[in-house]
Amino acid sequence: MLVYLIRRLLQSVAVLFVMSLLVFVGVFAIGDPVEILINPEADQTEIARVRTSLGLDLPLWRQYLVFLANAVSGDLGHSFAFSVPAIELIFERMPATLELAVTATFMGVLIGVPLGMVAGLMPDSRIGKSIMAGSILGFSLPTFWVGLMLIMVFAVQLGWLPSTGRGETRSIFGLEFSFLTLDGLRHLALPALNLALFKLSLTIRLSRAGTREAMLQDYVKFARAKGLAGKRIIFVHVFKNIMIPIVTVLGLELGSTIAFAVVTETIFAWPGMGKLIIDSINRLDRPVIVAYLMIIVFMFIVINLLVDLLYSVLDPRVRLAEAK
Amino acid sequence: MTTAIETGQTPEVAAPQAGATPLGRFVSDFCESRVAVGALAMLLLIALIAIFAPWIAPQDPYDLRQLDVMNGRLPPMAQGMDGQTFWLGTDAQGRDMLSGIMYGLRTSLSVGIGASFTALMIGMAAGLLAAYFGGFVDTLIMRIVDIQLSFPSILTALILLAVLGQGIDKIILALIAVQWAYYARTVRGTALVERRKEYIEAAQCLALSHRRVVFKHLLPNCLPPLIVVNTVLVASAIALEATLSFLGLGLPITKPSLGLLIANGFAYMLSGKYWISFFPGVALLITIVCINLVGDQLRDVLNPRLQK
Repeated sequence: MLVYLIRRLLQSVAVLFVMSLLVFVGVFAIGDPVEILINPEADQTEIARVRTSLGLDLPLWRQYLVFLANAVSGDLGHSFAFSVPAIELIFERMPATLELAVTATFMGVLIGVPLGMVAGLMPDSRIGKSIMAGSILGFSLPTFWVGLMLIMVFAVQLGWLPSTGRGETRSIFGLEFSFLTLDGLRHLALPALNLALFKLSLTIRLSRAGTREAMLQDYVKFARAKGLAGKRIIFVHVFKNIMIPIVTVLGLELGSTIAFAVVTETIFAWPGMGKLIIDSINRLDRPVIVAYLMIIVFMFIVINLLVDLLYSVLDPRVRLAEAK
Repeated sequence: MTTAIETGQTPEVAAPQAGATPLGRFVSDFCESRVAVGALAMLLLIALIAIFAPWIAPQDPYDLRQLDVMNGRLPPMAQGMDGQTFWLGTDAQGRDMLSGIMYGLRTSLSVGIGASFTALMIGMAAGLLAAYFGGFVDTLIMRIVDIQLSFPSILTALILLAVLGQGIDKIILALIAVQWAYYARTVRGTALVERRKEYIEAAQCLALSHRRVVFKHLLPNCLPPLIVVNTVLVASAIALEATLSFLGLGLPITKPSLGLLIANGFAYMLSGKYWISFFPGVALLITIVCINLVGDQLRDVLNPRLQK
């Protein structure tokens, strides 16, 4: 187990290192940020001075070493545009993205599991078939276009819900959250629904397949034979058992929900990390781009590592296959 | 595989009445689903529109001489200054949306299909190598595949485009980088099963070259699952390209794909001018849904487990 753990950790560090090199060298190949930051009437000495103060006059490998040394101590550079540490900028935006992603996941479960169970209990009925058709549509619809259509219908035509920003927020432990105020909830509704759409389709499929499988199991037969009411069998026995894979998959999907939030945040002007990265790419704010990519890569590596370790604890076969 | 053996059914005895050749059987199996046939017909129509766009589109949306700013933002069915009808309205520059969509389909389809097929070639080669040679080569290739598949596709594409910058070649490169791993994994899985079979052993006993065994014997038998994965991934490449173009990271404004057309309409959405975004989105949606429906049917037809 220890050998496996060490090998797995080393691999994670290697991936992180390769990614940092790739991202750093790549990002520094695009454009010259000085041209954007500086007053167009500035003379050569002024440009040179800015270049030196930003550390852009050093050779690339020196810049990378400086970056790496700072990164290890938690400093990912200062934003060119805002002159604040890039990492601070990202952590400031992170609660908004997490709030959106978690709300979307819950929405997917709350709507998707009942629909999927209905489809699983009567797979050949008209309702079951239309739920499945809906879930195929949910997989096919491009997220950004659905977002636009949601704005079109609910914000422009009907005027029920706002389409931009977070609305009124309330802070707990120094972090701002929208879901605690009515206005915030109204702002949260459309973006969360938009982001939830894919999870919803996924949950419907998982819970339908799970329900169909569970209904054939011995424990359901036994519960029937015991004379339990159909409702109790479905809501207690079947429900509990189908939730295991759903929770696992959605937990794993949380990372990709955060990544896909980039699209939703751009459409709904939700001030999260995703909008920050798109804005920073357009602004050529290199330290923020690099910091965002490093943080999100780091997040994924940690999530993947935890999942792998958890699996190897739960299933000894995984460990044995790795040890060979 | 095992199910077919256990139940004593082989694909050969499955549908003897339905056409003698494998191809005939395949076609008649495919035609069992009317929805899939309809989707395939629709796809052919879309492909024809995309190919012949310059000849059938009412105007050339890239030719600035044909555009008139006075015709800007007209609603669908409106009459233009010269008396022509804009069936799907116009955008801010007075560009006919119908023509824009036809040309956009051309870009979207060629980027999606081009990227996906290149990724197929690379992934196929990597997967075959991994499965055929095993050992270190296998471990190395599959480790890279595993690591890459643990990141969501949009994140990989985002990193690459943030690094590479914009442009049609760059977006194709990003799509290839995102998708090759899926093909590699699929091919390796099938090839691992196939390479243990007798015909591969027989080919090796004849002292045929590695290249010949891999490409003439192993590869053709790995194709069915690959075809299925390919249809699904073409659809996802088109969707991903549209998403990236919408975010402003994809194609340049001079050659708008459907995603960029939708993005252009976004600004006018809040003033109720829905058609600039709506119709390109519908075109994109129909394309993706049709590809997925055809892919679903192909999977059922090519899956030996489901053969009756």
